Amino acid sequence: MSVKNIMLVGVGGQGTITASKLLTNVLMDAGHDVKMSEIHGMSQRGGSVSSQIRYGENVACPVIELGSADLLVAFEKLEGLRNLAYLKTDGAVVVNDFRIDPVGVLAQTAEYPPNVIERIARCVDTTVVAAYDLALEAGEAMTMNVVLLGALAKRMEMAPDEWEDAIKKNIKPNYVDVNLRAFHLGYTN
Amino acid sequence: MKQLLTGDEAIARSAIDAGVCFASAYPGTPSTEILQELAAQSDKIYAEWAPNEKVALESAIGAAIAGSRAMASMKHVGLNVAADPFFTNAYTGIGAGLVVITADEPGMHSSQNEQDNRHYAYHANVPMFEPSNSQECYDMMQTAFELSETFDVPVLIRMTTRVCHSKSIVELKEPKSKFNIPFKKNQEKYVTVPAIARQLRINLLQRNEKLKKYSIATAYNYAEMYDTAIGIVASGVCFDYAKEIFMENASYYKVGFSHPMPLDNIKEFASKVDKLYVLEENDPIMETMIKSYGIQAIGKELFPTEGEMLPERIRLAFYGEELSGPKHSLEDVPPRPPTLCAGCPHRGLFYALGGRDGLFLSGDIGCYTLGYAPPFNAIDTVTCMGASISSAHGAQKIFDMFDSKMRAVAIIGDSTFLHTGLNSLMSVAYNNSKVVTIILDNRITAMTGGQHNPGTGFNASMGDAPIADLTAIAKALGIKHIKTVNPNMLDEVEQALDWAVSLDEASVIITRWPCVLKKMTESDNTEFTGAYTEKYTVDEDACSSCAICLSAGCPAISVDNDTMLASINDSCVGCSICAQICPSEAIVLKEDN
Repeated sequence: MSVKNIMLVGVGGQGTITASKLLTNVLMDAGHDVKMSEIHGMSQRGGSVSSQIRYGENVACPVIELGSADLLVAFEKLEGLRNLAYLKTDGAVVVNDFRIDPVGVLAQTAEYPPNVIERIARCVDTTVVAAYDLALEAGEAMTMNVVLLGALAKRMEMAPDEWEDAIKKNIKPNYVDVNLRAFHLGYTN
Repeated sequence: MKQLLTGDEAIARSAIDAGVCFASAYPGTPSTEILQELAAQSDKIYAEWAPNEKVALESAIGAAIAGSRAMASMKHVGLNVAADPFFTNAYTGIGAGLVVITADEPGMHSSQNEQDNRHYAYHANVPMFEPSNSQECYDMMQTAFELSETFDVPVLIRMTTRVCHSKSIVELKEPKSKFNIPFKKNQEKYVTVPAIARQLRINLLQRNEKLKKYSIATAYNYAEMYDTAIGIVASGVCFDYAKEIFMENASYYKVGFSHPMPLDNIKEFASKVDKLYVLEENDPIMETMIKSYGIQAIGKELFPTEGEMLPERIRLAFYGEELSGPKHSLEDVPPRPPTLCAGCPHRGLFYALGGRDGLFLSGDIGCYTLGYAPPFNAIDTVTCMGASISSAHGAQKIFDMFDSKMRAVAIIGDSTFLHTGLNSLMSVAYNNSKVVTIILDNRITAMTGGQHNPGTGFNASMGDAPIADLTAIAKALGIKHIKTVNPNMLDEVEQALDWAVSLDEASVIITRWPCVLKKMTESDNTEFTGAYTEKYTVDEDACSSCAICLSAGCPAISVDNDTMLASINDSCVGCSICAQICPSEAIVLKEDN
């Protein structure tokens, strides 16, 4: 198969790094060559963050070129809009209907643009997930990242079992059950 | 066995498998995770946080001279701090293998500059590897130790952010056991008095000639021939980027061992291709070497010198176009810069400093650098680790010389103070400077993700450690006026600042409250009872829509665009700064919390 590119974008603190860890483990266990790139450090303090995951038979480079991502998973909707240029013209978006105001918006020196999800959907095939509500339903707001992975797994047409194994292997035992619930809510909704 | 590892993890895993006995580091993005991984395996290796990179490298040098494999890892600017021992250790050589890892930051994701540390290998005459991916990190680390022992020299491994923080699959080797070559006194080798150092300098240059032969022979430097119209010389992650863009439409010369350069091999490669290009991130180092060897090549005429050499930039430079994605406008998408967390204990201090005039606010390296941003605008300069205090000192002397009323205030974190701020404070006291030094003691090294330091009571492997007492240190250095305050109590902070600027001598204010992201220890829970257990909310009837709460610059507070009523979101952890600045007493403790 040709190399596939998935990009996870969001706001520092939303759990994109844990999500990319789960995703890369699932892909490796499925027998793919996998490369992943992300930026840690200062940007984690509430700034824009992204993880780039590439998989296939033979992956040359760990970063996704502009205009070449197959799937963009936006943990926060404005970050989805910000990173649309990474997608291929026929790429797809899984977007969390969730808003976190950048500091400029909080300070009223900038505005949070209107109709973000509609603007994304006008450009590309878009799946909207109410990950916050589903995470609360699972029992823990912090599992929003795993709800989104559930939606991503569904979009990738992957069976849930491998994901369940990865969650059991990589998440602290006390949090496995709530994350499994979160994953399934994301997968089925 | 195969594992999916980041470059940092692969370096750590390789160190353990290479039988390394001693590892030392100071945290710094993107190198932090190397030592963190090692410290988590304290049954297999001794790994420690040093107060700074110079101490880390000197300690590793001692361990290597004492006969066991040792390493020091640091971010690019860390090697500036460690440059002194680095240069001279190249003269003396080692006992058992010594590897220094520099993690450079093209693109400056979390750094103050973009220096290219490959220059250090040339400057110090130290051999250098440049891994492209995690497998190479693992393999080169092992080879670097062997090379270090064969040539009696420290070896530099130059990584970059994308190598450190990218994951790829690594095939692991059989682990080697630890060993020790008992130390033998050898003054002619290790004591660098001028008479001995002159001979060592000659040895160093001779060794460089031998390393040139190694560079020609090593399998880390190799050609991959496909279409010969384009020939590309590349190192590090640029090699992967190049293959992504050009695939089999070009031939490649991969430089994995990059100092000394395999120039004869590159000359031969150049003769087989129509046109030679050099792809390297940051400075034209290989390019300069190649051109001065009489080989025609194209490099920085075409490709950027600043920032990361990302695939889209290579495509744009070479083909004059980018891949096109969905068409949309970003015009009204506001930026999302990093910001102080909700509940950050630095907020109270920056709120107080931002409201004052007549201060020169000398900043330092840490989360608190973000105090420069609106609404605080409370940092005037940032240079490097420790510089806040010494630069405040220089500034204060000039203010005094020209009868300015300006007061210089240094703003520095606990870990940064212990890194290199301590020497600067010594100078403030010694040279009788009336600098106000504020040590933001949040009980952890926060920006790199919460590492312990000599002030926190724990070592890298979470064993108990003595606590370096900041008040006692300041006092011992000669500071007479020292005060500790709770930065979440604005009155306390304001009073301390009034007190400090009223003095005609140096003073130290310690703001002591744990980082909101810190994993609290038992003693934290005792000292900071109730920290981060409360939430605040807005009493809408009392809110006067004045929006003054926005001047707390807290990501938990917003004001409705239409009604101007304030609200506090779920990220509030109860620092109470906003409640203290609200003139209408409309911000109140949430009862049902």
